[in-house]
Amino acid sequence: MNEFFSVEPDYYLILAAVLFTIGAVGVLVRRNAIVLFMCVELMLNAANLALVTFSRINGDLNGQIMAFFVMVVAAAEVVIGLAIIMSIFRTRRSASVDDANLLKY
Amino acid sequence: MEETVRYAEATGLLGSVWLLVAIPLVSAAILLLLGRRADRWGHWLGVASIGAAFVLGLTYFFQLRGLENKSVERSLWDFIAVGDFKVDFGLLFDPLAAVFVLLITGVGFLIHLYAVEYMSHDPGRRRFFAYFNLFVAAMLLLVLGNNYVMLYFGWEGVGLASYLLISFWYERPTAATAGKKAFLMNRVGDAGLAIGIFIMFATLGTTQYDEVFNGVGGLAGGTVLVLGLLLLLGATGKSGQFPLQAWLPDAMEGPTPVSALIHAATMVTAGVYLIARSNPIFSANETLQLVVVSVGALTLLLGCIIGAAKDDIKRVLAWSTVSQIGYMFLGVGLGGGAYALAIVHLLAHGFFKANMFLGAGSVMHGMKDQVDIRRFGGLSKYMKITWITFATGWLAIIGIPPLSGYFSKEPIIAKAFERDDWTAWLFGGAAMLGAGLTAFYMTRLFVLTFHGPKRWTDDIEHPHESPKLMTIPLILLAVGSVAAGWLLSTSVPDWLTATAGLGGAEEGEAHGVLSHTVITILSILVTLIGAGLAWFLFRNGTATEPQPAGVLVTAARKNLYTDSFNEAVFEKPGIFLTRALVYLDSRGVDGLVNGLAAGVGGGSGRLRRLQTGFVRSYAMSILTGALLVVAAFLAVQAGWLA
Amino acid sequence: MSDFPFLSVLTVAPLVGALVVALLPRSRPQLAKQVAFGWSLAVLVLSVFMWGAFQAGGDRLQFRESYSWIPQWGVNFTFAADGIALVMLMLIAVLVPLVILASWHDAESSKRSVPVYFALLLILESTMIGVFAAADVFLFYVFFEVMLVPMYFLIGSFGGHQRQYAAVKFFLYSLVGGLFMLAAVIGLWVVGGKTFDWQALTQIDMSTGTERWLFLGFFVAFAIKAPFFPFHTWLPDAGGAAPAGAAALLVGVMDKVGTFGILRYCLPLFPEASKWFAPYAIALALIGIIYAALLAVGQNDLKRLVSYTSIAHFGFIGVGIFAFTTQAGTGAVLYMLNHGLATGLLFLVVGMFVARRGSALISDFGGAGKLVPVLAGVFFFAGLASLALPGTAPFISEFLVLIGTYTVNKPVAVIATLGIILAAAYVLWMVQRTTQGTLNPALTQAEGMRRDITLREKVVVAPLIALIVLLGFYPKPVTDVINPAVQATMQDVGKSDPAPTNGGVQEASK
Repeated sequence: MNEFFSVEPDYYLILAAVLFTIGAVGVLVRRNAIVLFMCVELMLNAANLALVTFSRINGDLNGQIMAFFVMVVAAAEVVIGLAIIMSIFRTRRSASVDDANLLKY
Repeated sequence: MEETVRYAEATGLLGSVWLLVAIPLVSAAILLLLGRRADRWGHWLGVASIGAAFVLGLTYFFQLRGLENKSVERSLWDFIAVGDFKVDFGLLFDPLAAVFVLLITGVGFLIHLYAVEYMSHDPGRRRFFAYFNLFVAAMLLLVLGNNYVMLYFGWEGVGLASYLLISFWYERPTAATAGKKAFLMNRVGDAGLAIGIFIMFATLGTTQYDEVFNGVGGLAGGTVLVLGLLLLLGATGKSGQFPLQAWLPDAMEGPTPVSALIHAATMVTAGVYLIARSNPIFSANETLQLVVVSVGALTLLLGCIIGAAKDDIKRVLAWSTVSQIGYMFLGVGLGGGAYALAIVHLLAHGFFKANMFLGAGSVMHGMKDQVDIRRFGGLSKYMKITWITFATGWLAIIGIPPLSGYFSKEPIIAKAFERDDWTAWLFGGAAMLGAGLTAFYMTRLFVLTFHGPKRWTDDIEHPHESPKLMTIPLILLAVGSVAAGWLLSTSVPDWLTATAGLGGAEEGEAHGVLSHTVITILSILVTLIGAGLAWFLFRNGTATEPQPAGVLVTAARKNLYTDSFNEAVFEKPGIFLTRALVYLDSRGVDGLVNGLAAGVGGGSGRLRRLQTGFVRSYAMSILTGALLVVAAFLAVQAGWLA
Repeated sequence: MSDFPFLSVLTVAPLVGALVVALLPRSRPQLAKQVAFGWSLAVLVLSVFMWGAFQAGGDRLQFRESYSWIPQWGVNFTFAADGIALVMLMLIAVLVPLVILASWHDAESSKRSVPVYFALLLILESTMIGVFAAADVFLFYVFFEVMLVPMYFLIGSFGGHQRQYAAVKFFLYSLVGGLFMLAAVIGLWVVGGKTFDWQALTQIDMSTGTERWLFLGFFVAFAIKAPFFPFHTWLPDAGGAAPAGAAALLVGVMDKVGTFGILRYCLPLFPEASKWFAPYAIALALIGIIYAALLAVGQNDLKRLVSYTSIAHFGFIGVGIFAFTTQAGTGAVLYMLNHGLATGLLFLVVGMFVARRGSALISDFGGAGKLVPVLAGVFFFAGLASLALPGTAPFISEFLVLIGTYTVNKPVAVIATLGIILAAAYVLWMVQRTTQGTLNPALTQAEGMRRDITLREKVVVAPLIALIVLLGFYPKPVTDVINPAVQATMQDVGKSDPAPTNGGVQEASK
């Protein structure tokens, strides 16, 4: 194998951590529901990356199987989540999550 | 005790001695259960049951006379049998009990008869007779029981009957309160009696009279003293003696026949019965006897002083009862032969006091229920029979020979002087002074009621003599008041010797500080002075309105402040304590419970605020939680928490 | 007849009855009442047969039957009765029909369903029978908690003023106690070798510390249920709010589960701890006697007043149990029965007054004896029974408790004796303010006060009065049943009666 291609698995993990952090910070600081959603997707995909990497490290398929599960759940979540955001937007003319705060104590 | 007490099994006719209690009890039950259906004939059933009991009592009495061992007992059933604690529902018929049975049923029968007429206008007459019969049943159980638990049973039973009859006119607040007061003060005494019974069981393992009396000699002196004091507490409660005397005068709220039977002739003498019955206990400790004598002497003076200041005819008689029972306590406290003297006085008192109470009832009957002696006067012309019968009672109680009081009271005074030390002067003097005071206030009562000018209220025109049904018992009781003293004082002491410890009057030299003749002369002299003084002061009547008076009279009118004392020391603090506790319970104890509930509620209310509704804050808390988990994981990995 | 499964049948029968009654249409309340009454009478008849089949001198636990329930945990439906339980079962069987009869019109005034009310009473009977008949600790715990449910609804749905508050307080307070017990039950299971069988558990050994903690777990539950000072405040609220019939069962029977539990579980299972804790328990009971009696004097609500008197009476029972003598123990058990009869009667009569006047406040009465003399007389009789007058059954039990206590602990007995004075105070003052004195004019306005005791009410009170008087004169049939069970319990604790200090003298004279 070429030296150039010999990427250590650690790099993938670092990338996953960076992506996850970007996503987490995004969820905490942004207000737009769509952006929040994107950030959540980013976190999920960061987790997927980490899972696949672990699969590679361990040499078995468990991590990849988990990644597929995550993808399925993420797809389902996107469908429902976007639908909710759409209906909130229709009634409130706003996509800001801070405006949807009625469900509290 | 030198002698062992032994009771024989009741056989033959005496085996049915339980009928004495059962007959009045069944009659009472019938009258109560049938209700208004028995209104027309109920009172006659009541009278008949007591009459039957009297006849039975006489029969048993003659049976007993013929027996060798004059103490027979009959066990009916196991009342309580738990572990070593065994109590028979058992009866004892011995000379002492027999004497009481005859007094209770005999005088009781006359008073029942009187009450038929006296209560004839009262819609509650049937109820009255039911309670009256209940009383007789309980009183007979009290004197017939063969153990202290039976005595306690009857003891509380008469307390109940007394309560019911004092507050018979329950719609009057004063009557209701007087009944309650009587029951409560009696309960204080009852508690003492109960603890006394506990001591008997704890030390001797029994409550049967014979076993207790035989065992009491083996007890430590202190135990006997405590036991005796507790019994005495019970006795003072029931007999209206110091310090539990305050209920008895208030008990006059009940109908007059009740005052005559329960609060003069029988129930209030139960305390004397208790001490006489328990004589082996009381004779075993000299301190104890001294306490009994002191209570008697103190109460007899107290009763006289207050009695002299009262204007209510029944209350004067009530305080007189307190005072006369004081003489009986003095007698039983002196011990030895004086036990029998006290019983003689008790019997004589039963006659003359019942006589006077019924006479007072007869006066009230004719004077539209007026009780104030300042509003009587000159009644001797209008109520001849009442006047004469009352006069016999009056002469009897102040002790003019040859009426009964002379034969019964004078020996007690003499006995009080027979003590060895200075206490002879103290107690003898008290008894002598009491005789003078008794003569004073009874004469005052008699003169103000029957002699002197009329001071009637305007609504009374012609006072009338009472009907025959009321005067016949009066006459019979008057005969008793006249004759009983001599008859009883010669026969009863001998008769009572058969009851354990109640020896006859000791013969021979009186070794007192004064000779018997001197005492006799002195006591008659004192009596005459007291009576003469009263006649002199009140022969022309008295003011009908309260007059200003000196310190002693004012104090006496207020019962020597004993009621105020009770009120200030027990009643007021009791009410305050109750209120304070109600507050404490709802705010303190329950407040703690509700506070805990409120705390949980409030706490969760605070915690709820964490639920802000902002997605970001939820995300933050999730992140924080995740970081904490990771940190904890790393910490474990690194071995920091090992 | 003796191998007839009395206990399980007795437990299940009222439940079936409840089902039948509950399914009756709401529009036929009369039928529901009749069925419920008939059913409870049938239970009574069966209990009488059981009483006949019980051998007083025989085994400690009789009528034993056992069915597997959760074998993995060793939980069984085990039923068995000793003399104490038998007496309590009889009390339930006697009281429930009378309560049903007394509550004939109680549920009609509320908007709730009449059949449900009577069904709840029958469910209550079933669970109460179950709790006394259980001989499996887990089964006991289940009944102990389930018992709360019908009572919760009886108070919460059919009660008077502040019923919701009282019901919730009652339920939560009891539940908290129950949780302590649950913890102790599980602990016992672990320590005792994974069994819940009562008889097996009496044999086990455990360390002193464990024993004390487990004792406390049970004791707290029972002290709340009984209730002992200072866990008593739920009772006046619950008793004050509950309909009179339910209150009679609550105070008359249900609270006895507490004292029964102490006798059946605390003492035999944890004998050493019982002895160690006895002074504290007696102190609580003693405070209860005086404290609750004083509080009763200060009440202005008849039902609350009666509730407080019960707390005082439970103090007597507590003293009797922890004195560890045959007399005091038998007295305590007898007190449980007699108190059920006397206070049950008092509550039912108070209910009759309340139904007539529409208020339980004493200040709304006054001079009632003028209007309803017979009812006032019954009220007075119930009061007398409550203050333990000789001739009524409670006298014997109170006397036994006191005399048994005196032989081992004089100060306690003397202080407790003060309670009999206070008892007279609260009863007589209650009677005076309610039925005596000048007639309250407002009372003549009340429609119901014009009617004295009715035939139905007479049928309710007559058996209770008869029993109180009968047992007041001849308690032997009951004491004979209780005595062996109490003696066995005292043996478990390892205590025997002290001999009289001067006992030798009377032996010689006999």
